Amino acid sequence: MVHFTAEEKTAIASLWAKVDVEAAGGEILGRLLIVFPWTQRFFDNFGNLSSDSAIMGNPRVKAHGRKVLISFGNAIKYMDDLKGTFAQLSELHCDKLHVDPENFRLLGNMIPIVLAIHFSNEFTPQMQAAWEKLTMGVANALAHKYH
Amino acid sequence: MSLTKAERTMVVSIWGKISMQADAVGTEALQRLFCSYPQTKTYFPHFDLHEGSPQLRAHGSKVAAAVGDAVKSIDNVAGALAKLSELHAYILRVDPVNFKFLSHCLLVTLASHLPADFTADAHAAWDKFLSIVSSVLTEKYR
Repeated sequence: MVHFTAEEKTAIASLWAKVDVEAAGGEILGRLLIVFPWTQRFFDNFGNLSSDSAIMGNPRVKAHGRKVLISFGNAIKYMDDLKGTFAQLSELHCDKLHVDPENFRLLGNMIPIVLAIHFSNEFTPQMQAAWEKLTMGVANALAHKYH
Repeated sequence: MSLTKAERTMVVSIWGKISMQADAVGTEALQRLFCSYPQTKTYFPHFDLHEGSPQLRAHGSKVAAAVGDAVKSIDNVAGALAKLSELHAYILRVDPVNFKFLSHCLLVTLASHLPADFTADAHAAWDKFLSIVSSVLTEKYR
């Protein structure tokens, strides 16, 4: 089970408070679809994903990115029980959505990069390490109920 | 996997923007690596890895120089990194998984230094480029 120190929790929460969830969510999901185009396989019904600008401007990408990031906010609220927090979502992604858990890691990798763009020097190595732990924890929690 | 002309242009342009601070970028990427992936420190038992350590800075410069060489010879990365590839295969034998971690930390470092320039397509080009560099460095492993 992943364990966060008090410093890590404070660091993560303090940065999260400044994140524009609306904008960041779309950016994170958009970058996933652009940098790893094979991830578009899950979003055939999203309409126009034919170019970088189409993807970043796509309203369904923005809406879904926001949804995903809001859910991520729960991870921050319940950092001490990620597996419990994401149990139902894990089952959903396995049984209904059929998403390879490797995609959770790919998406998780987008988060520190987008945070680095928005927060620059404030996104120190220590801050990054706390967030890497969180994204890894969430990815594992989402994979936990797979069978 | 190979880079399109547009991707090559993107990679060269981004590196050009930080080339004056390449050493610092290399060092910062390593710091981020050791912080987020502490298991990578096992390859450096002989180093002082504290922030500001001259060994860390020297090694960061080495890493940056190698990336710079790959950028300069972007049409022939395998040729440019042939010696480094042998070094990693026969002497260093760093497990291939670690190239992904260092690549990721290089991307984070670039993103934090060039927030306006590290657009999604620049990010995609660099991810691909570092993937190619990693492949070249592990190509002789077995």
